[in-house]
Amino acid sequence: MQRTTMDLWVGLFVMAGIAALMVLSLKVGNLNVYNPSQSYILTGNFENIGGLKVRAPVKSAGVVVGRVTDIQFSTQTYDAIVTMSMDSRFIFPKDTFASILTSGLLGEQYIGLAAGGDEDMLKDGDKIMKTNSAMVLEELIGRFLFDKAAED
Amino acid sequence: MFRHALSAIQNIGHRVIEGIWRLGHASRFFILVLLKSGTSLRRFGLVIRELYFTGVLSLIIIVVSGLFVGMVLGLQGYETLQKYGSESAVGTLVALSLVRELGPVVAALLFASRAGSAITAEIGLMKATEQLAAMGMMAVDPVARVVAPRFWSGVISMPFLAAIFSVMGVYGGYLVTVVFIGVDEGTYWSQMQSAVDFRFDILNGFIKSCFFGVAVTAIAVFEGYDAPPTAEGVSGATTRTVVTSSLVILGLDFILTAFMFRGVS
Repeated sequence: MQRTTMDLWVGLFVMAGIAALMVLSLKVGNLNVYNPSQSYILTGNFENIGGLKVRAPVKSAGVVVGRVTDIQFSTQTYDAIVTMSMDSRFIFPKDTFASILTSGLLGEQYIGLAAGGDEDMLKDGDKIMKTNSAMVLEELIGRFLFDKAAED
Repeated sequence: MFRHALSAIQNIGHRVIEGIWRLGHASRFFILVLLKSGTSLRRFGLVIRELYFTGVLSLIIIVVSGLFVGMVLGLQGYETLQKYGSESAVGTLVALSLVRELGPVVAALLFASRAGSAITAEIGLMKATEQLAAMGMMAVDPVARVVAPRFWSGVISMPFLAAIFSVMGVYGGYLVTVVFIGVDEGTYWSQMQSAVDFRFDILNGFIKSCFFGVAVTAIAVFEGYDAPPTAEGVSGATTRTVVTSSLVILGLDFILTAFMFRGVS
């Protein structure tokens, strides 16, 4: 085979490979929405995180604005410290409310942020003061039974 | 009776020593190939010629199998997921299984049987017909001139082939679930995009395919170079390339997965 034809085919092959990698990162992986290189860190203490896992999304109004990067247990306050990496395009007021929610009936758990009305904004390394724990099914049932018993 | 037992133990010992000796021989050969790779970087035309044979000619089988694997994944995933009313997650299922596991592994298995066996047969036959010895006579190093370009062409083409396989699979799944069955197109892509992470899934899959490329081509060139210079020897070496590299791919995949996705749900 001619040398130039072979070069052409190899060039096409390499271009197809790079195009496939681009499609994987942009179309399948959606690299452009959430770029971890431009991010800031927030933490929050939760009484109970339920089934929250590392890499769970942080959403506000349903839009992914960050991800959970670390979950630790604190022996000082005996609750969970959740570290979140937030997209730096989105900033939130100081009195933002963070709660652990579930997507769908049996879906994965995520952190939902509801913005407050404070003038000051949360900065890198800040701690979200207002948090709401995950719903635990047994506690819900227990509370329900307790209320029923109180009614009677 | 006692003598039989003894000879059986001896046999085991002999095989173990033989295996370790061969492993050491292969590692030394691998290092030799790396040391003599300078020529193939200086004369990159040699690598491009081999890229045509290992990469371009493997494209058909990679594209077709990727498409069909994705279609089957979409079909079976849909069948199971719709029982639980979560057929919207079919895009996630197809993309994650392809990008993390099936893309690199199946592409590497196909690559081993399509390109690896060809490399072994070619080098083995060159050795059997004493072309390698003739090169040595002319002061051309056969490792630098014949082996290293083939090794690098395999290492370069494997990640590309795996990426093409994954993309074809994702579009195969799209074809079956969205076009034929009628899952919502927006759900298919958006569920996939929210679940697939660039660093954890795509980059790790890419790293996996790089490892597989090195393993498959290193085995292929070693088996070819080490083949007994007979017709029987070359055919045996070709078979060993496919069997050994398939086993190494699967074992390596398990180890890499254990390291990469530990603690990640």
